[in-house]
Amino acid sequence: MKIPYYPGCTLHERALDFDKASRECANVLGVELEELPIWTCCGAVFPLTTDSVMEILAAVRNLAYASRMGDKVVTLCSFCYNVLKRTNKVMREDAERREKVNLFLRADTETRDKTESFLKKDYVGQVDVLHYIEMLRDVVGFDEMAKRVKTRLEGLRVAPYYGCMLLRPHGEMEFDKNPEQPTIFEDFLTALGCDVVDFPMKTECCGGFQIVRDEETAIACSQTVVASAIKRDADLIITTCPLCLYNLDRKQKEMEKRVSGFRKIPVIYFTQLLGIALGIDAEYLDFSDNYVDPRPALAEKNLV
Amino acid sequence: MRLRLSGEIIKSDLVRRVEDLSGQNIAMCYQCGRCSAGCPVVDEMDILPSEVIRLLQLGQIEEVLDSKTIWICASCLQCASRCPRGVEFSSICDALRAIVLRRRTATPSVGADDVSRVMRTDAPQMGVVGALRKLNG
Ligand code: SF4
Ligand code: SF4
Ligand code: SF4
Ligand code: SF4
Repeated sequence: MKIPYYPGCTLHERALDFDKASRECANVLGVELEELPIWTCCGAVFPLTTDSVMEILAAVRNLAYASRMGDKVVTLCSFCYNVLKRTNKVMREDAERREKVNLFLRADTETRDKTESFLKKDYVGQVDVLHYIEMLRDVVGFDEMAKRVKTRLEGLRVAPYYGCMLLRPHGEMEFDKNPEQPTIFEDFLTALGCDVVDFPMKTECCGGFQIVRDEETAIACSQTVVASAIKRDADLIITTCPLCLYNLDRKQKEMEKRVSGFRKIPVIYFTQLLGIALGIDAEYLDFSDNYVDPRPALAEKNLV
Repeated sequence: MRLRLSGEIIKSDLVRRVEDLSGQNIAMCYQCGRCSAGCPVVDEMDILPSEVIRLLQLGQIEEVLDSKTIWICASCLQCASRCPRGVEFSSICDALRAIVLRRRTATPSVGADDVSRVMRTDAPQMGVVGALRKLNG
């Protein structure tokens, strides 16, 4: 089965490991992620000002490209998912902005995409935006996924980190039933045989893009998250977001300097963990970009 | 702190503009403080999220526009998700930043130096794009 896939710029550049692991896992599970033939950065953050038009245009173009391929688009980066999903809602519900944005899309068709008409019709929210984990749950099925597991991750204590962008605002994202106590990653981990570590900071912010402006403040946020998982004896943390990974993993270098006796904890993408369970070679899953190497923790449970 | 209050100040056009841009009704806030309590970066703020809203209710917009608070917000939306009155402080914050950035007299709170510093450490693109869009305009 083929599903249109929007990688986003970070997975195309800095988080190649995330892209690679996710595509390979999908293959093993019988899904081919079919990358949109044309796409651009979605803009990373959804503009909260009600008059934003230019700010959502890039995201709408991506959705419009996806609409030429099917009725769904799958994405992985939490920010992409948030931006695409919220933008889609604007296109479905805000008639004024929908009309303005479509004026731009019609102009695109006229000026630069004459050969293959860019859009046969206006973009009005035809596509459903799915996160990869939702695809695993709803298209593949966690039960079916569990059947393909080669090595159950018995005894591995994994803390699922949600962060903000998957969950909020709940009314629009509808990512899970309860935004304060989501369970989709717990269900995913249980299907892989892991010991799920529940920790209260799983839905707190890692500091996000503030790492660019005010590193200290962002590290204080990410340190709270990391410490909460460490305190509960997690072997590793999983995430869906390259920025979360950067703040939680790479910044442990700074945390080590700040906290004496700081115990590091590896942070990996959820599809890298899935890859281990599906029997994909750790070499292929590529942990070379992680500051804290997850391989010792995995080796301890005989998983690599 | 001394506040100057008058009907005119309280009904200031700029405060209405904030409501318009954010899509929020500032009068809905009953000052319970949950937005401030849940905010992960509140320690670094000079005016709490709930205080920003109170100041807006009293028409004290310039004080709010001068605050550090609006630049420290990480747009995590925790304040909005926990408000019992359905007020999204995160959107108010975006609106306040937009007003400052659209005046084009402000020095951007994220500049080229910040970007080159984090890019040297392999920060993901999305962090840089996000910070520039939210904090530079
Ligand atoms: S959110 Fe990020 S990763 Fe996704 S496309 Fe945009 S900038 Fe890129
Ligand atoms: S947790 Fe951090 S990077 Fe991840 S979505 Fe939230 S702010 Fe973003
Ligand atoms: S949580 Fe809502 S009602 Fe309470 S102070 Fe904040 S904005 Fe006001
Ligand atoms: S959106 Fe901003 S103000 Fe609201 S809780 Fe998050 S960081 Fe704090």
